[in-house]
Amino acid sequence: MTETFYEVLRRQGITRRSFMKFCSLTASTLGLGSAYAPRIAAALETKPRTPVLWLHGLECTCCSESFIRSAHPLAKDVVLSMLSLDYDDTLMAAAGHQADAIFDEIITQYKGNYILAVEGNPPLNEDGMYCIHGGKPFVEVLRRVAKDAKAIIAWGSCASWGCVQAAKPNPTKATPIHKVILDKPIVKVPGCPPIAEVMTAVVTYMLTFDRLPDLDRQGRPKMFYGQRIHDKCYRRPHFDAGQFVQKFDDEYARKGYCLYKVGCKGPTTYNACSTVRWNDGVSFPIQSGHGCIGCSEDGFWDKGSFYDRVTGLQPFGIESTADTVGGVVAGGIGAAVAAHAAVSALKKAQSGTSDASNSREGN
Amino acid sequence: MAAYETQGFKLDNSGKRVVVDPVCRIEGHLRLEVNLDDHNVIRNAVSTGTMWRGLEVILKHRDPRDAWAFTERICGVCTGTHALTSVRAVEDALGIRIPENANSIRNLMQLCLQVHDHLVHFYHLHALDWVDVVSALSADPKKTSELAQSISAWPLSSPGYFRDLQSRLKKFVESGQLGPFRNGYWGSPAYKLPAEANLMAVAHYLEALDFQKEIVKIHTVFGGKNPHPNWLVGGMPCAINLDGVGAVGAINMERLNLVSSIIDRSIEFVEQVYLPDVRAIASFYKDWQYGGGLSSSCVLAYGDIPEKANDYSAGNLLLPQGAIVGGDLGTVHPVDLRDPNEIQEFVTHSWYRYPDEQKGLHPFDGITEPNFELGPNFKGTKTNIEALDESAKYSWIKAPRWKGHAMEVGPLARWVVGYAKGNPEFKEPVDKLLQDLGLPLPALFSTLGRTGARALECEWAAHKMRYFFDKLISNIKAGDLATANVQKWEPSSWPAKAKGVGFTEAPRGALGHWVHIADGRIENYQCIVPTTWNGSPRDPQGQIGAYEASLMNTPLAKADEPLEILRTIHSFDPCLACSTHVMSPDGQEMTSVKVR
Repeated sequence: MTETFYEVLRRQGITRRSFMKFCSLTASTLGLGSAYAPRIAAALETKPRTPVLWLHGLECTCCSESFIRSAHPLAKDVVLSMLSLDYDDTLMAAAGHQADAIFDEIITQYKGNYILAVEGNPPLNEDGMYCIHGGKPFVEVLRRVAKDAKAIIAWGSCASWGCVQAAKPNPTKATPIHKVILDKPIVKVPGCPPIAEVMTAVVTYMLTFDRLPDLDRQGRPKMFYGQRIHDKCYRRPHFDAGQFVQKFDDEYARKGYCLYKVGCKGPTTYNACSTVRWNDGVSFPIQSGHGCIGCSEDGFWDKGSFYDRVTGLQPFGIESTADTVGGVVAGGIGAAVAAHAAVSALKKAQSGTSDASNSREGN
Repeated sequence: MAAYETQGFKLDNSGKRVVVDPVCRIEGHLRLEVNLDDHNVIRNAVSTGTMWRGLEVILKHRDPRDAWAFTERICGVCTGTHALTSVRAVEDALGIRIPENANSIRNLMQLCLQVHDHLVHFYHLHALDWVDVVSALSADPKKTSELAQSISAWPLSSPGYFRDLQSRLKKFVESGQLGPFRNGYWGSPAYKLPAEANLMAVAHYLEALDFQKEIVKIHTVFGGKNPHPNWLVGGMPCAINLDGVGAVGAINMERLNLVSSIIDRSIEFVEQVYLPDVRAIASFYKDWQYGGGLSSSCVLAYGDIPEKANDYSAGNLLLPQGAIVGGDLGTVHPVDLRDPNEIQEFVTHSWYRYPDEQKGLHPFDGITEPNFELGPNFKGTKTNIEALDESAKYSWIKAPRWKGHAMEVGPLARWVVGYAKGNPEFKEPVDKLLQDLGLPLPALFSTLGRTGARALECEWAAHKMRYFFDKLISNIKAGDLATANVQKWEPSSWPAKAKGVGFTEAPRGALGHWVHIADGRIENYQCIVPTTWNGSPRDPQGQIGAYEASLMNTPLAKADEPLEILRTIHSFDPCLACSTHVMSPDGQEMTSVKVR
């Protein structure tokens, strides 16, 4: 089980030849030129697995449960072969002092070279004591582990936005992690929970290419959160044709018409549900007859009932209107541009380039 | 605190204090403190829920049809069971009757959760309390194969299979990067399995990790995703269309075939892997009869899995309902979730405030005002607690009591109630398991018994999935395609005021939601969840909760390695996000709290 990345790929049926092609592709994608391909190959064949410390704040553990549902790659291979999951409350054998000791061990031994993954968020009311870890506020543990991390992943809507415990009136002042960790790039992987294969894709992307994925202004990987569920929904033709479910289990529901009138939030939700789908591609909420509840969007709990129609949309001529909706959603996030600039700066700092002309904007 | 006796246990906190925080391989955040005597035997136990989210106040003034989605997020491990409890509570309040197909589909989803959750609990949250991963390195693969083939027909059992696994494991351990196995208690004398049994169990740990993702596809078919599938007040959102136009967008033959194949594979895995493993592991731990706690005296089950739709009376529930007190298996008391004198919650030792803390409150009248204060004898500071003072408030979990008794809930409670009722579906498998192991009935009331009851229940649930699948098919065959009743969908059709109760048996135990609806909105929402019962702190009489009771009088092999503590607490399958979510119904902001 201590296979290198290369050995894992081989075991999954990937040939040496494909592996080398993959390394060449990686080299050119990174703008390094073909001469770097053997170096990348050597790294993937020999480098020790990157330690991951997975913390749990106020949450419900749905992100962990989703993660272990991953079909490709299998969660088993991610956890035992691709990375080193040295701390995770949910799966680890140790507890108490023996568990706590791992923080110091990893932070010291792998300073600047481990990934911090955060599920849930810290509450700030009551001096942080609505979430206690080892007798101390969780937010202290979070800050301590974040300090020397190479990169930080915010799993799910709790870590990314606050989610259900931050819904009004947010009695514990549950706070998304980017408001507590101000000096590090954070990759947000929102959703309640995120799709399993999206979670494993994001983390294996980071390990494979040794860089953060391209992020949008809100810090989400563009490859999975760049489009609305509505944009790629298989029921979209019914929307365009004005064919709607009027009530649950009516004749139109049985025919698989569009769920817009029973509250589907697909038109305003950025996620990969209608393309990657759920649980190895078996289905996704709309396919199984319920509208999208928008669980990957900031503050989705406080945007009215899940059965209220999305307003501001016209049933016809969707393109122009939907663009407006998208603009409103993106523009409504305070300081998003500034946050993006900070992320870009950190990415540059990490990659060792300081040439401002390399900076890419325009998300 | 002076030494005192309660519920047959003698509590004494004068010995060495040992703290376990965090307790891992659970859902949420839990802290345990115990006092050991000179022989490292636990003489006092303190269970503390260390997280709190306040979901009930967040629910206030929301649309009751949305409540399932909020409450579902109480827990992502027992995903769906809170949602089901919630739609039942709202339907009870509004007098909504669901179609038979919706009842069968809901049962399929609830049973699917039981199967999935029990399997993942045993292999991924509990097995490492019994299985020494490092010891597996010294196993003989050939003997491991013989062992595996002697207990099961499961095909992945050749010497070569175990040899390959062992060599992977060896490379993994030698890398020094032990991942989730880092800093485990490997080599502890508290581990009793031979190396071959350890190797077999590690193989099944990995196989179960692969297989569990298949089981939940039943949720994905009917609810669109897992974790957190979608539900609907009035039925289920997934329409049925077998052969009409658009059948591809609904529950059709292909979808039903997928569900059916998963049921078959689940039965096979549970019967050929999970149950034989539990029997084999138990046979090496027969002498370790600790952890019974309250299970031999006070257990409670609400019951679940209604045979017919809309009837939640005890006689219509396939999982049994009832309470046993004082260890009298001859009397199963009826349980009424609406009776203000039966279920009550106390806060004398919880971080909440009541006007009169000597009295308990029924959840229909529940108030929950947070009050974080540490007792006079606690050690440390407010934000760096070294040791709690259990004579004062010490947990974010309230103390629920049934007619004044602290109760254990969960698979063992359900199976004890079913056994006491003489139901052969529960009695015969228990008797058979005990007989196979050569153990008497009292052995059931233990950590091992809790783990065994969960395995038996997993098998029961897998077969009941087949039953409700067949029932769904025969109902569709009879021409009934209905999955939702939307006659009372619009709030304008609701009474101005209504209140209702919903209950289920979550994998971890009895779960209830109590809702008040006024003018189309939630006026008050209260949940009492399994881990509130099991993880309960003390009450005004000083009675301890099920976790605390279960740790009493257990000897530790090593005082600085809490392996036996973890083994017993994990046998309950703790779920702390569930247990510690309550909040003042009037939604007051937190006030600053002084530490005494």
